[in-house]
Amino acid sequence: MPVFLKDLQESYDVIIIGSGLGGLTTANRLAYCGHKVLLLEHHHRLGGLATWFKRRGHIFDISLHGFPYGMVKTCKKYWNKEIMQSIVQLPNIVFNNPQFNLKTTFNKEDFTHLLQTRFGVEASTIKKFFDTVTSMNFYDDQSMTTRELFEEFFPCRSDIHRLLMEPITYANGSTLDDPAITYGIVFSNFMNKGVYTFSGGTDKLIGMMEKELEKNGVTICTKAKVNKILIEKGKVCGVSVDGTTIKATAVVSNSGITNTIFNLTESHHYSDEFLTKAKAVRVNNSSCQVYMGIKKGETIEDVGDLLFTSTADEFDSEELLDLHTKSKTFSIYYPKTRPGHDRYTIVASMNSRYSDWAELTKEQYLAEKESLIDRSIKDLEKYIPGVTEKIDWVEAATPKTFNTYTLHTRGTSFGTKFEGLDVSRSIHKQVGGLFHVGSVGIIMSGWLGAINYGVIVSNDVDSYLRA
Amino acid sequence: MTNEEIKDLVLEIIEDIDDEADFDSLDPDQPLRDQLDLDSMDFLDIVMELRKRHQLQIPEEDYPNLATLNSCVMYLEPLLKDA
Repeated sequence: MPVFLKDLQESYDVIIIGSGLGGLTTANRLAYCGHKVLLLEHHHRLGGLATWFKRRGHIFDISLHGFPYGMVKTCKKYWNKEIMQSIVQLPNIVFNNPQFNLKTTFNKEDFTHLLQTRFGVEASTIKKFFDTVTSMNFYDDQSMTTRELFEEFFPCRSDIHRLLMEPITYANGSTLDDPAITYGIVFSNFMNKGVYTFSGGTDKLIGMMEKELEKNGVTICTKAKVNKILIEKGKVCGVSVDGTTIKATAVVSNSGITNTIFNLTESHHYSDEFLTKAKAVRVNNSSCQVYMGIKKGETIEDVGDLLFTSTADEFDSEELLDLHTKSKTFSIYYPKTRPGHDRYTIVASMNSRYSDWAELTKEQYLAEKESLIDRSIKDLEKYIPGVTEKIDWVEAATPKTFNTYTLHTRGTSFGTKFEGLDVSRSIHKQVGGLFHVGSVGIIMSGWLGAINYGVIVSNDVDSYLRA
Repeated sequence: MTNEEIKDLVLEIIEDIDDEADFDSLDPDQPLRDQLDLDSMDFLDIVMELRKRHQLQIPEEDYPNLATLNSCVMYLEPLLKDA
């Protein structure tokens, strides 16, 4: 059980600010290394964007849409076997748009087959494309964009570009103009063995993680919002929470990287060069979601697990971000993915710009939200005829909602663009003992990216604490 | 530590990372990565485990020294001679 702020000790080896998957994993790893760890979370529940909410018997998952198979090994090594064993495949990935309609397991074998038979691409070209993307590393040259990569292998094939790009845009907010290496790394992670989910839902996963943290001796304190990271003589010495000071040798911020630098610390602690880099970090876009719950006792047939749908003629990163985008994904949660729970839920997700929503008046905001809900249900009818009558709960989240719950700059749901990675990795060279973990650089985002980045940062922190 | 002990230490750490690792046909001069299907996260685990067990600080630029079993021994031998 989380402890109260007043019951905390005076000092810890390390304080983790924020309990997203990156923060949780860092806490767990550092406790495993033998350090005294305090985890602080501003919300009443752990998980950050890996979260859920309950309404009238429905449980809605926010960011559980599918992760790569690599999650199995990662959970086994950095959490426990029980967590690993709850990972199951989502075998039916559906695409529906004016250019093609198909169902796939979203792995290399099936994509090779589809590209050959449905899109008429030579086997040798497909092999070369896969060889290229699977050999990409984050430290490789980043001057080539994903658009250039696609044009090189599949020139003028906007249909293939859509097949390859659309899912990744929803997975991490990247576009055709981002570095090709960010695309290659994430895409080949998925192509390894397909798309997986956590059986039992986000609530079960976070519950299991909380239990593991407590077993390993991590002190957890929720509803504790850090106002300042305290720095003395170029080194961190603790944090301030509502006027209470807690001392620590190291502080790991799982708050956004921009938040960490510009809100939680003061600029004079950084070099001008570092600040210039930090100011140039672009946060990624945010999201809109519509949550639909099916009435108890009603069922819907299996139309696929993850549906990438669009009525736009071609794939266009800007179109996906439009306030009235014609493109959205449907994550369909059948009782099979929540054993023991007999409800069906559907979450429609769209990429979205914070500014489009933040500028609206209250009336406009509510009207746009209503319209978002109407469009989503209407689109869903195409795949599940009659679903409108079966829905007994619906509500929507906008970039403003994401901002409220995660405190992320402009409600970003995918962290930062590529340049954020270097700033996150080098912050400890500016202020001794200050580290950042969280979605950065496109590649360190998503559930798998966040957890693995937590391990990478733990290594830096452990090294600092033992020096 | 003797060279044999260092070898055993490295293999023991790898076994903790992957309990299905097969050492029977391991060539000590070939990359561990290819033979045991290790990725960059696994190498990070080895580094953290060496720090935890023997207080070794291995800087990132030295990671390539951990590529093969024999190169691990060569690199770790002077660091672990009193261990």
